[in-house]
Amino acid sequence: MKKIIMGAVIACLPFTASVYAQPQNGGTINVVVQPEPPSLMIGMYSNGTTQQVGGNIFEGLMRYDKKLVPHPLLATSWENSEDGKTWTFHLKEGVVWHDGQPFTSADVVFSIDVLLRETNARLRTSLAFVDSITAPDDFTVVFKLNQPFGPFIRLFEVGTTPMLPKHIYEGTDFKMNPANHHPIGTGPFVFKEWQKGSFIHLAKNENYHVKGLPHIEELYWHVIPDAASRSVAFETGKIDVLPGGSVENFDVPRLSELDNACVTTDGWEFFSPHAWLWLNNQEGPTADKRFRQAVMYAMDREFAKSVLWNDYGKIAKGPVGSKTTFFDDTLPEYEYNPKKAKALLKEMGYDGTPVRLMAMPYGETWQRWTEVVKQNLEEVGIKTKLVATDVAGWNQKISDRDYDISFTYLYQYGDPALGVSRTYLSSNMAKGSPWNNAEGYVNKQVDQWLNEAAVVFPDSKRAELYSKAQHQLVEDVPVAWLMELEFPTIYNCKVQNLVDSAIGINDAFGTAWIKQ
Amino acid sequence: MSIQTLLYIAGRLVKGGVVLLVIAIFNFFLIRMAPGDPAQVLAGEAGATDEIFLQQLREQFGLDQPLYYQLWIYVSNLMQFDMGITYRQQMPVFDLIMERMPATLLLTGAAFLLSLVLGILAGVVAAAKHRQWLDSVITVAALIFYATPLFWLAMMAALFFSVYLDWLPSFGMQTVGENFTGWQKVKDIGLHLILPAATLGLFFTAVYARMTRTSMIETSRLDFVKTAKAKGMKPSRVTTHHILRNALLPVVTLAGLQAGQLIGGAVLTETVFAWPGIGRLMFEALFQRDYNLLLGVFFISSAMVVLFNLVTDVIYCIVDPRIELSK
Repeated sequence: MKKIIMGAVIACLPFTASVYAQPQNGGTINVVVQPEPPSLMIGMYSNGTTQQVGGNIFEGLMRYDKKLVPHPLLATSWENSEDGKTWTFHLKEGVVWHDGQPFTSADVVFSIDVLLRETNARLRTSLAFVDSITAPDDFTVVFKLNQPFGPFIRLFEVGTTPMLPKHIYEGTDFKMNPANHHPIGTGPFVFKEWQKGSFIHLAKNENYHVKGLPHIEELYWHVIPDAASRSVAFETGKIDVLPGGSVENFDVPRLSELDNACVTTDGWEFFSPHAWLWLNNQEGPTADKRFRQAVMYAMDREFAKSVLWNDYGKIAKGPVGSKTTFFDDTLPEYEYNPKKAKALLKEMGYDGTPVRLMAMPYGETWQRWTEVVKQNLEEVGIKTKLVATDVAGWNQKISDRDYDISFTYLYQYGDPALGVSRTYLSSNMAKGSPWNNAEGYVNKQVDQWLNEAAVVFPDSKRAELYSKAQHQLVEDVPVAWLMELEFPTIYNCKVQNLVDSAIGINDAFGTAWIKQ
Repeated sequence: MSIQTLLYIAGRLVKGGVVLLVIAIFNFFLIRMAPGDPAQVLAGEAGATDEIFLQQLREQFGLDQPLYYQLWIYVSNLMQFDMGITYRQQMPVFDLIMERMPATLLLTGAAFLLSLVLGILAGVVAAAKHRQWLDSVITVAALIFYATPLFWLAMMAALFFSVYLDWLPSFGMQTVGENFTGWQKVKDIGLHLILPAATLGLFFTAVYARMTRTSMIETSRLDFVKTAKAKGMKPSRVTTHHILRNALLPVVTLAGLQAGQLIGGAVLTETVFAWPGIGRLMFEALFQRDYNLLLGVFFISSAMVVLFNLVTDVIYCIVDPRIELSK
């Protein structure tokens, strides 16, 4: 009765290896890590840099290529039952943890059902669709779902569902476990040393389960808190890799032009960072749909893209990123049109009440973007008052809906049910989190479409519902979409095959190598 | 030292303890006035969160308790020299601070010595060559270093010496991955130390130079100096033994101030040169709302200030025996 069989025939070696010249073994790579992560324990901290470093120590059951197609890693194959409600995973045999213990189905069940269910907020939401996780034998795991859950197959990258050692965590206080300071995974690199404030040192896993990998011997992640100093460190050749977003945008063109500098925007497909303006849907002039539409028409997004983002990225058409699944490209477009904006404001009778515009304290680019938006808004007659704050203050103000207009960018996690719906569902409106429906948008019809789309089967039905929802959202403008961001990774060209998955740097170094 | 002096020092130490306690309580309330809390920051960085997660964090950190209770816990722990656990690294605050202490002391200590030696020397030379070209050169240079923002100077130094000349490393405290030992390690750290220590030291060098110069010129016009000269004493001995010794008092005062900043005064330099010190730890803790860590750094910095004020007062009476310490 097994219907869909995937992955089984694909060789175990992760993708693309043969495209390049014969990889060479050996060498050291120096990478920038900014900001310094709170921990490398990827199951409890999902901070960006925890994932960047930890993704080379830990592994998920699957690895996703740049088209978001899953490939075998710790699972060799998997199948879904005809009704879409039972998933069976077959695990790779002969895999050992960094401490020599074997990796089995017991680890998978423990990781997902016990540890991550308690510690990982993002996964917990999806696990609501999972009734039971069982291990009939040492290398088989069966998931029983209460409904077919479309995005299920996209849950298994290392940042969402890392495999964690049961023999170390079972029965302990997870957050206080000493192994959090000395992480033990199955990945291509083992943890060596972390000098707080200076560097994190990882070394090749000699017993890695994929034969011939990794090629790199040593991996150093350097903590350099100042953005300009990070650029200098790359210029002097002391740093080989600047992960996307680790230098200021205005330094990107200069660094890209250095001898030996290579640039790629790949490796963000799974996250597909989507930037928008939060618009308070509950209070103030922004509560009026016409005002929000006027904001869309008022913004010169092409200008921001070319000046602030060095032309990297894409103008966002709506709530769903064009590189992820279920994007509808028939959506109408809000072009830059100050006249239309003015007309809409006049129609609603906007009286010139100033709106509070809060910058996002994430560096220079966002500061400047706020200035651009301020100028755009004032050109159509919207008066603004700038509000400045730091990260903690910004989180709180967004969570409490204590703003009129502000910025953000959120990850899409490869599926609208994982990364998009959370921003628009009225059931997700509770205050207290800056990643919820923080704008306070309520549309019961959209709620229904989005909720249904997560659980209907097969994908063609999902696509239909997501299209409807996208069209309605674009009409309502709950938030003003800005851009699909691209963060160029700048690296020394001697590093080969650096980015070859949809999560880029986060699991890059197992397959990368250095040309001597 | 006389009994009276020792009693004086003991009295000052007791008063210092009370001051520290008051500062700790004041700081406790001060940092809670900032919006947001550590749970929100941690959850915020994670990119996704829910109420359960925030609640878990707040319980873990003890932030779900009433504020007066949190203060009581904090102060009573502090009395037992326990500064608590950092929220972020899950390490004892004291251990984390001690881990960073050597790096900061090395940097600020080097800058302190550099600025004292260089500053006093420049001041003495300028005073001796009063109204001559060397005096002008020193005065103008001191003015420039006094007025230049530290971070700009640091960036320019890194660009010139690291990128353009490629003589000195631009970040970190040692070459990572080389595992040097013995003299090679000393040399390696020394090379890394030059740029940050020079950048940090230049401001106070300028201050000391100007202070010493002015004070020397003033003192040299006093009667006892004329007497010494009239006795037929060698000019160099007059300068070092009569003028300099008397001119040093204001410099000692300033040095006491600078010494108080040995722990927390190098935030900018440590940030630009990625020096793994306490200043950076404090700065990051501030933005992460890591209350325990921040309070810990504040506590140790204020203890240093109290301590060095006392040391300065003791040094006064060594430099100038006419000054007596008394309650």
